[in-house]
Amino acid sequence: MNPSARQPVRATTSINGMIITVASGKGGTGKTMVAASLALSLAAAYPQQPPLYLDCDVEAPNAHLFLHPTLAEQQEVGLLIPAVDEAKCTHCGKCAEICQYHAIAVLGKKTLVFPQLCHGCGSCTALCPEGAITEVLDRMGIVERGSAAAGIAFARGVLDVGEPMAVPVIRQLKKWALPRPGQVVIRDAPPGTSCPVVETIRGSDYLLLVTEPTPFGLHDLRLAAQVAKELNIPTGVIVNRENGTYPEIDAFCEADHLPILLRIPFERAIAEGVARGKTLVDIHPEYGDRFRQMFLQIYETISHS
Amino acid sequence: MKQLVILSGKGGTGKTSLAAAFAHLAQDGSAPIRAVLADADVDAANLALVLHPERLETHDFTGGSVAVIDAPRCQGCGICEQVCRFDAIDSDAGVYVVDPIACDGCAACVYQCPEDAIHMQPQTAGRWYRSESRYGPLFHADLFPAQENSGKLVTLVKQNARLLALDTDSQVVIVDGPPGIGCPVIAAAAGADLAVIVTEPTVAGVHDLRRILQTTAHFRIPALVVVNKADIYPQGAAEIEAICAEQGIGLIGQIPFDPTVTEAMLNGEPVTAYRAEAPSSQALAAIWQNVAARLA
Amino acid sequence: MKILLTATSPSIDSNVDPRYGRGAYFIVVDPDTMEWQAHPNPGIGASGGAGSLAAQFASNQQASSVVSGDFGPNAYNALQAAGIAMYLFGSSATVKEAIENFKAGLLESVGAPTGPGHHQH
Repeated sequence: MNPSARQPVRATTSINGMIITVASGKGGTGKTMVAASLALSLAAAYPQQPPLYLDCDVEAPNAHLFLHPTLAEQQEVGLLIPAVDEAKCTHCGKCAEICQYHAIAVLGKKTLVFPQLCHGCGSCTALCPEGAITEVLDRMGIVERGSAAAGIAFARGVLDVGEPMAVPVIRQLKKWALPRPGQVVIRDAPPGTSCPVVETIRGSDYLLLVTEPTPFGLHDLRLAAQVAKELNIPTGVIVNRENGTYPEIDAFCEADHLPILLRIPFERAIAEGVARGKTLVDIHPEYGDRFRQMFLQIYETISHS
Repeated sequence: MKQLVILSGKGGTGKTSLAAAFAHLAQDGSAPIRAVLADADVDAANLALVLHPERLETHDFTGGSVAVIDAPRCQGCGICEQVCRFDAIDSDAGVYVVDPIACDGCAACVYQCPEDAIHMQPQTAGRWYRSESRYGPLFHADLFPAQENSGKLVTLVKQNARLLALDTDSQVVIVDGPPGIGCPVIAAAAGADLAVIVTEPTVAGVHDLRRILQTTAHFRIPALVVVNKADIYPQGAAEIEAICAEQGIGLIGQIPFDPTVTEAMLNGEPVTAYRAEAPSSQALAAIWQNVAARLA
Repeated sequence: MKILLTATSPSIDSNVDPRYGRGAYFIVVDPDTMEWQAHPNPGIGASGGAGSLAAQFASNQQASSVVSGDFGPNAYNALQAAGIAMYLFGSSATVKEAIENFKAGLLESVGAPTGPGHHQH
């Protein structure tokens, strides 16, 4: 937990920093709509302490479509990959031997680097007996930050098209866009349960899983809940597009001791509003208070964990 | 033999529902096409939930290795923590441990530990299966939660589907792809003869459509676009039409917002098999004819 | 002169394996004497970079040509940098047949990657 969150505070009048990640397993369940609605609700309820919003879905970043930030600052990010000085290289083969990704090969009198295979671990540079390797930035995307409506601080990463690795962009986004002391952080995760999702969730104080009442929704919720367990992060569930026809979600949550914190009904008006880039609190303002109540419930949970 | 991949950029636009309908439609009708199916969304594999296949083979998938510190040999110097660029090593009261979830398997700590106290250990990262469904063989997999190497597992699933398709003289491999544009998507799309991109007329869907079209263009894969829930936001649908026209991409069908799709999913059937006369089913049948013609 | 071919089993009578980086065995042959050695592919279980690893292996074996069914971009770039020529099996079914076809100059040489590469992160 963020150390500052341990200080005793009166939760009803002021809030203190913590990191809440909104994830889902299945795509398209409404993560970004929920995360943006939560951010706007907190900014309205605690105008002195608007949250920091991180769009960590760097492959398909969409939160800007809901929060309309002004992105004032930008930085290139990527991995540090080896550059071989052929004048110093003796082609001894040490680098190729130690590289777990086979991203560097010594072929006769040539040493070749494969940027798309390199994970930037730095071993070849550190272990080259001739000191023939230096590191250069291999760009994979950008991180951007600025501010959005209601004083929300906003940052996101954008993976370059054709680049396979999202994790380095997410990792650097988390390091670059730091909260002010006491500021609540809302991380908007990518779909799935593999490395980019795990990198987003790591270090969070609470995980909010958004699901939908269908067999696909349940199947992927189950997987996402397992990730939360592996990472040992307290977790709650939001059921989106609830229409009362699939009680299996409730049964699973009860058996797994996952509280259902909010249900958002299946309603064409909501679907149409979200399609236009409206958040739930734009469409139905009464959700502002529901999100604040939900936040306080989360706050209580992690203050006692 | 042709390889068809279904992609979307944004998650939850209906890739799997489309893939299941294609699997059904390929087999249906007067000129059936022999297809092998591959679910390449290995971290949220859902195609089997619709097709209810019989599992014939289960294989372990070995992902990468992770570092393990041999506690009795560790002198607590902390070099491993310093050299790790993945923040995977932490100390608790002078005892160093590796977080296997964060470990990237680079072995930098193994090489630089002065006590030789760290070794690499291979991890079972998931399973893959060969199954038989109503509509033909299905290759699918489960990546264990929080595991890496999803691209490698995607490649494995696809490779096995391809080999079987070649062995059995099948005409097409239908690959249900993952969301996004990163490594598992690139692995799913590699070698495809045609990509069908399912989008929805929402601001997010339109935004991500542009990204996935850039990706297919980057890898020189011909793409066609299908709009799902086409009537939910006419302005979005118009924008999709404009993007396709501007880029010379075929917009080959619009599936209306239709509760039958969810109903069919709850019943574990492709919508086209569940109710052929539903508006979504009719749209899908027309789309499949178009796709099948291009694969012939 | 030595050539390296990909095979499904560790013998010169084996069928060809169409994959280079992920081929099961590498058969290294001197086409003049027909002396051969079989090596298990060290990259078969690699979590990534099988193509570059296989090229490294061919270079270490001092092969002047590699015959396989598919060369991804990493394997292609590495073999080209090493000055190793690449050929496709074509219709050859067994390793022996492929060697005969190679000697007869019947195999198609490769001037660009033949496969899209396999991202393996």
